[in-house]
Amino acid sequence: MTVGCTVEPKWVDMHESPEIELKLISDPMYLCGARELVGCIAKRIGFNDMDCSKIALAVDEALANIIRHGYNKSFDRPIWIGINPIKPEGDSIGGIEITIDDEAKQVDPCEMKGRELEDIKPGGLGVHIIQEVMDEVRYEKRETVGMRMIMVKRAVRTQESPRLSDAKCNANACCVTSIPKKSSKTRTS
Amino acid sequence: MAKQQSDFITIDRPEQGVVVIAPTTDIDMSRSPELRTAIRQELGGGVHKLIVDLCDVNYMDSSGLATLVEAMRNASKTDTKLVICHMHEKVSAIFEIARLDSFFSIVESRDDAISL
Repeated sequence: MTVGCTVEPKWVDMHESPEIELKLISDPMYLCGARELVGCIAKRIGFNDMDCSKIALAVDEALANIIRHGYNKSFDRPIWIGINPIKPEGDSIGGIEITIDDEAKQVDPCEMKGRELEDIKPGGLGVHIIQEVMDEVRYEKRETVGMRMIMVKRAVRTQESPRLSDAKCNANACCVTSIPKKSSKTRTS
Repeated sequence: MAKQQSDFITIDRPEQGVVVIAPTTDIDMSRSPELRTAIRQELGGGVHKLIVDLCDVNYMDSSGLATLVEAMRNASKTDTKLVICHMHEKVSAIFEIARLDSFFSIVESRDDAISL
């Protein structure tokens, strides 16, 4: 899938209903489609290739966690992905807000923590990866059933990367840099 | 040189006791069980070096990482050396995020892995 560059994205305030919504069932075979969509939208917003890949990874991990833990590997349950571009503000060219809703059993949002990485063992890395990649991650109980996860990634403009609205688009001209995070070696999660 | 192929995994035996497992596409939750099965089968067969060639893997998630961590543990139990080669930058990034980049033997090419 490719995203054309002829139409300017409509910047919206966060928490409005999403510009893009995707409903899928909890079958792992559809993870690739969700990744592709999110990565392409992130690219169109202006993130560089590496950040697009990491944002897609965060979404993949969130979906995999829902399938594995929320739905206990039931492959026919609903998941909704909502995507909003975030309006440029100050030095930031904006970013992307991604909301993922499910109908899984509700859990205390405070329990959604990554494990310590010092103990090298298979599994349990998903939440850590999401927290490492994204700038903001929140979990909420939905009103009736299921959980909601809200992830935000912001980016800063660099000299080489004009504001998206200034550039007559060419995907390569829209590269921006995500806000640097602390070194993964020093983070605790 | 024996060569087996499935839809997702190619297996080569370039030398006696050396096996190269090469996934042919991205590794996520839908693909990692097949990779896990292939690695387990090879580790049980008197292999002294298992090479995972990621040349065609442009994306890997934590299920792929978990598969490789498990493979490394099982390899050490059978005295098998596990080496990863041809890792793309985006795949390398997830190893760094999970702080597993120093846990594995990672080399540039398949030849490097064979001669290691």
